[in-house]
Amino acid sequence: MMKLTLRNFAYSLVGIIALGALWWIASATFARDLPSPGKTWEESKVYVLQPLEKRGEMDQGIGRMAYYSLTRVAKGFLLAILIGTPLGFLLGSSNTFFRMFDPTIQVLRPISPLAWLPLGLVIFRQSEPAALFTIALCSMWPTVINTMSGVRAMPEDYRNVAKVLQLSRWKTLTKVSIPATIPYIFTGYRLSLGLAWLVIVACEMLTGTPGIGGFLWQEYNSLIYSHILMCILTIGVVGFTLDRLMGIVETRLRVV
Amino acid sequence: MSFIELKDLTMNYGTRSVLAGVHLSVDEGEFVSVVGSSASGKSTLLKIAAGLMEATRGSVTMAGEPVKEFSRKAAFVFQNYSLLPWFSALENVRLAVEGAFPDWPKKRQTDQAARYLQMVGLGAALAKRPGQLSGGMRQRVAIARAFAVEPGILFLDEPFGALDALTRSTLQQELALLCTAVERPVTALMITNSVDEAILLSDRILALSRGPGATLSPSIAVPLAKPRSANLLMHDEGAARIRVRLAEFLIGASGGNSRTRQRGDQAMGKTVPVEA
Ligand SMILES: Nc1ncnc2c1ncn2[C@@H]1O[C@H](COP(=O)(O)OP(=O)(O)OP(=O)(O)O)[C@@H](O)[C@H]1O
Ligand SMILES: [Mg+2]
Repeated sequence: MMKLTLRNFAYSLVGIIALGALWWIASATFARDLPSPGKTWEESKVYVLQPLEKRGEMDQGIGRMAYYSLTRVAKGFLLAILIGTPLGFLLGSSNTFFRMFDPTIQVLRPISPLAWLPLGLVIFRQSEPAALFTIALCSMWPTVINTMSGVRAMPEDYRNVAKVLQLSRWKTLTKVSIPATIPYIFTGYRLSLGLAWLVIVACEMLTGTPGIGGFLWQEYNSLIYSHILMCILTIGVVGFTLDRLMGIVETRLRVV
Repeated sequence: MSFIELKDLTMNYGTRSVLAGVHLSVDEGEFVSVVGSSASGKSTLLKIAAGLMEATRGSVTMAGEPVKEFSRKAAFVFQNYSLLPWFSALENVRLAVEGAFPDWPKKRQTDQAARYLQMVGLGAALAKRPGQLSGGMRQRVAIARAFAVEPGILFLDEPFGALDALTRSTLQQELALLCTAVERPVTALMITNSVDEAILLSDRILALSRGPGATLSPSIAVPLAKPRSANLLMHDEGAARIRVRLAEFLIGASGGNSRTRQRGDQAMGKTVPVEA
């Protein structure tokens, strides 16, 4: 991960400026419906400058909308890791279990959130649990797979140490296997959180619930394109921040 | 009757033959060493003897019973220390004490662990994690961990292998002391690549031939009074003869043929003394 120095910041500005220029050129030439950067700011600054304002159910500041989405993601992500971590442990420690469930998992893994959500709606009949179901199902796999590889990669020596120290099965798990796998597990968590954030937008679009994705879809239908751009930028910044935060936790744990 | 008995052990990793017909017996209270060159299968032999690994063929018995798992009375010092890096030195040792004496209150377990760490000179490093300790200090923690459970049987896999000569000799003395300090007799099986270390500590020494398909030489008794001093051994004639015989085995035996097989059978019961 890049260090946060002034110099690196200056370099990264180049990319941001280049993107802005592309955007501006596109809006000025072939994509006439696309608002220019200036116009986007002009039309959406009220959302950014008053991020916690609530004017109506689907008309709120970006802080509030991001908050709704983040809560939803947090719940779905929590569900994902609560299921994914033990599942990964089982897959990694038992060959029989692996042979029984790995093919199924490989089939479920590539299914898009757009496919899961309708199924969730059929099962739960409400948009909120269906959204959580979709987030959990889509974001779980990196946790499952990384935890599994972590258990697999545990040195044979640690298993021997557990035998020599006469540790019970439970103690072996809590004092040896879990600590040895933690760095892998957290890599899984970071990737899972990223996926959960990706999925949330699709979920909210399809269910029309308040949140950053729901707002984006609504504004598209109302033909206010500058707000779409504002949402896209917000989604990117929030996703980036989440990834960095998890990255910091991950690095801390790797040092131990 | 011998206490630990390995009979006709054969070990293959897939198609690779590591041990081919190894016989070894250790009496109660005896300190036996196996010397051999790198990658000859020493660690494999020790893990099988300790019940951490299963042999392809052959039997391991302890006090007449077949060995199926690691004995409650035993301790093992691993070649690469194998401390748990997420725990302090004290917690590493305490965990072993807890495994051996689960009925003790936690306070007593901690005291026992601290006492043994002090014994190996680590009283000031109790709270340090393995990553913050030097190689020699980690090795001491590993030795304290083994002794803190007051074992009746010690399995030592090149316990000083990765150390400089000076630290090595200090720790050898400490090990010798600890072996005599503990009230009960300690039965020990040690792997080493140093002939001098073997002579310093053992009652009996065997050489493992170079693999693949390694076998053990007949055992050589070390009839020198204990405690021994490394300095005196350097000029001792008996020690010199043992050194020569071991060198013969180590250089001469290439393993996997009928000649070494015969030696293996010979090693089963008898001890070949060094001619005076
Ligand atoms: N788990 C394993 N799977 C496959 N091969 C193995 C395994 N463990 C050891 N070997 C092989 O068996 C041979 C003997 O290994 P072992 O660790 O017993 O040797 P060693 O005598 O202890 O060596 P060293 O002196 O380097 O510690 C080596 O060639 C090694 O590559
Ligand atoms: Mg070895």
